[in-house]
Amino acid sequence: MYPGKVIGRVVCSVKTPELEGVKLLILQPTDWEQKPDGDPLVVGDCVGSGAGEFVFYVQAREAAVTLPGIPAIDAAIVGIIDGLTLEGAG
Amino acid sequence: MVIAKVVGNVWATCKHPGLEGYKLLLIRNLEVVSGKLYGKIQMAVDGKFNAGPGDTVLVLDEGSSARQILDNPNAPVRTVIAGVVDQAAVGEKVAKYT
Repeated sequence: MYPGKVIGRVVCSVKTPELEGVKLLILQPTDWEQKPDGDPLVVGDCVGSGAGEFVFYVQAREAAVTLPGIPAIDAAIVGIIDGLTLEGAG
Repeated sequence: MVIAKVVGNVWATCKHPGLEGYKLLLIRNLEVVSGKLYGKIQMAVDGKFNAGPGDTVLVLDEGSSARQILDNPNAPVRTVIAGVVDQAAVGEKVAKYT
């Protein structure tokens, strides 16, 4: 699971039926100190996150496990981070 | 699998139901001979080993095996703790972690 920050949302009126009902957000991947790391991506959401929130997400097959049925998604937010500790990581 | 050191933990009240009841740990790969940490910090799920910061752990990074270890086909997880390392040896070097 990887950390990231929600920076926006996507609305598609025309889309594959497998994406019906899936909330799509734009996420900026970050490191664990919330510094941007890499290019933004579009992710599904199952925890009700919104813009500005620090979250963690999964990619690939694990993303499809997060929602009922088999949605056509390759990345999904699975939790909103309340806090973390980090020490001695070098 | 890789040997890694637990360097932190994460708490999240609002999360996917498939993650309920697990510890979320931050880990970084550990090089046995030099004892140095390398690579990016990753998040791993701990189902039953109750590992914490400072522990040296065995980490498995593959989705279907991860769900098997947690015994939960609905867990959206790829990286899990598969054990706690007591000792590792490479050539002459023997590293003890307990």
